[in-house]
Amino acid sequence: MSAQHEIRTEQLRSGYGARVVVDGVDLVVPSGRISVIVGANACGKSTLLKTIARLLPAQDGAVVLDGRRIDTIPTKELARTLGLLPQQPVAPEGIVVTDLVGRGRHPHQKLFRPWTTADDQAVTSAMAAAGVLDLADRAVDELSGGQRQRVWIAMALAQSTDVLLLDEPTTFLDVSHQIEVLDLLTDLNRTRGTTIVMVLHDINLAARYADHMVALRAGRVVADGPPHAVVTAELVREVFALDSLVVPDPVSGAPMVLPRGRHHVGIAPGGALDGVADPSSAAASLAPALSSALSPTSDVLERP
Amino acid sequence: MTATLATPRRAPAASAGARRRVVALVVAVVAVLLAVLLSLAFGSRPVTVDQVVEGITTWLRGETPTDIGAIAVQSRIPRTVVALLAGSALALSGALMQAITRNPLADPGILGVNTGAALAVVIGIAFFGLSSAAGYLVLALIGAFVTAFFVYFVGSVGPGGTTPIKLALAGAATTAALSSLVAAILLPRQAVMDEFRYWQVGNVGRADWGSLGVVLPVLVIGTIVALLCASALNALALGDDVAVGLGVHVGRIRVVAAVAGVGLCAAVTAIAGPIGFVGLMVPHAVRLVAGTDQRWLLPLSALGGAVLLTLADTIGRVIGSPGEVEAGIITAFLGAPVLIAIARRTRMKAL
Repeated sequence: MSAQHEIRTEQLRSGYGARVVVDGVDLVVPSGRISVIVGANACGKSTLLKTIARLLPAQDGAVVLDGRRIDTIPTKELARTLGLLPQQPVAPEGIVVTDLVGRGRHPHQKLFRPWTTADDQAVTSAMAAAGVLDLADRAVDELSGGQRQRVWIAMALAQSTDVLLLDEPTTFLDVSHQIEVLDLLTDLNRTRGTTIVMVLHDINLAARYADHMVALRAGRVVADGPPHAVVTAELVREVFALDSLVVPDPVSGAPMVLPRGRHHVGIAPGGALDGVADPSSAAASLAPALSSALSPTSDVLERP
Repeated sequence: MTATLATPRRAPAASAGARRRVVALVVAVVAVLLAVLLSLAFGSRPVTVDQVVEGITTWLRGETPTDIGAIAVQSRIPRTVVALLAGSALALSGALMQAITRNPLADPGILGVNTGAALAVVIGIAFFGLSSAAGYLVLALIGAFVTAFFVYFVGSVGPGGTTPIKLALAGAATTAALSSLVAAILLPRQAVMDEFRYWQVGNVGRADWGSLGVVLPVLVIGTIVALLCASALNALALGDDVAVGLGVHVGRIRVVAAVAGVGLCAAVTAIAGPIGFVGLMVPHAVRLVAGTDQRWLLPLSALGGAVLLTLADTIGRVIGSPGEVEAGIITAFLGAPVLIAIARRTRMKAL
């Protein structure tokens, strides 16, 4: 099992040059849990993750790991605790799966003792965990998007870190591959106790897979806590500037956001929901009706 | 998906790719030995096997042989050594530049090294009446390093620091600017042009023990540094963000590898003139055969470069007999078909 690590940010400010994107963020990442950062585009969620991962320097405040500021920890030492999978990483042309996964061992290698059986074992078990053992000799560019993402996750796993940071690991994947990747990360969290922090675009998937959610708006934390406490109609309006209905997800029970756009707002046969003005009371009174209305389509959300 | 965390029996590293790399290494070592023998045995004067053996054994004992054939063999030893070292340095330099700029078709001159060296030599000939090999050597070294540092500085300004694309652009722009300067100085000066033309065609035959001794420390240190960078360059190939996540000092490794690459290329250019194609083609061919792992790519490239340049020099001496065709001219003729053959045979899958 993974060791416990405390990651927190203290009045963290960061951004790109003069443009401050994340401002005054105080955050405690619960150890051994899955935390998901959500927010609208350009709210600073990726920037926050990058700063925690030391890809961006803190302009003010600090990221603290086990009581030490991360900018005082040697980067290779930090890389043995903190793994990172950026958004849309690019594999070199022609690289094969085993080679790519093996590069995750870099922080464990010394100058004159490059490769050990421990490295071999870590690579093999990472590939097994990510379900890519049978792809071992394939070229990464030949793989499908979902397979490729699993290979990258295997690379991050081979790094054998107790904490894993992922920036939108489901981008550009279709729905079944999104679920596959998130299930894999949940498996890792449950079996190895890996602390996972990720940015997700889809608030419904975030609510379903998160133990802990952090909602950002304009570089500040608006709410954080368990999904039930964070995902409310008020918060969705505040964070995404979107009117919505929040109901229990009939599959998982997690809160689910049903956006209210300008079109298609009534349920066609009967139009029972038309004209409901108050989203919060609607959520309370209509949830059972809605979940039954949704049940014929709910199997779409389940794994085939 | 099932999360099987049990350790399977088979280590994935013991795969087909690994076997290919070992075979490639054995083939490369044998090819180096063969190239050395050919280089000693062939030239404008034909010699027998006995004369080759006598030439080598007397040289090892520090004696001068009486046999004319053995003397010819001995006289080929310095240029063979220079060709081996220069070829491996150029190929290593190319592999480093390709890794730093994350561009599989970068060549050692991408940071303007060759053009910088050329400009320095031209200025030396045109304005300071320089005509000694030692003078060329020093000027070429200075010109190469000044240019490379300038390009690196230009490629590092602005937000985001040094990026592969900025480096490549800065290199291309600087090369273009310096080339026109070289032309501007040369065109009105016929005599300088003639002198420069001699320098400009890469030729390992003009180097001797003396000039090799001057650049040998650069070659040795550059090679060691290059090989030590291999693992970090592997991480760098996955992109700067992933590399940082893997604990690599991205900026530092790029500078260190660039200095090694520039040093290797500049040293060769200084003693043998600009020799093209080796640094571009060899790492590329090695990558097609042995994959992208820098821990294999760098040493295999060094061996491959040594083979290519030594063979090119030998062939140049045979077909140009009784004179010679410079190795810099032969490399492309010899290398291009090989590269095409390899690229075709590997089903273009890596391209």
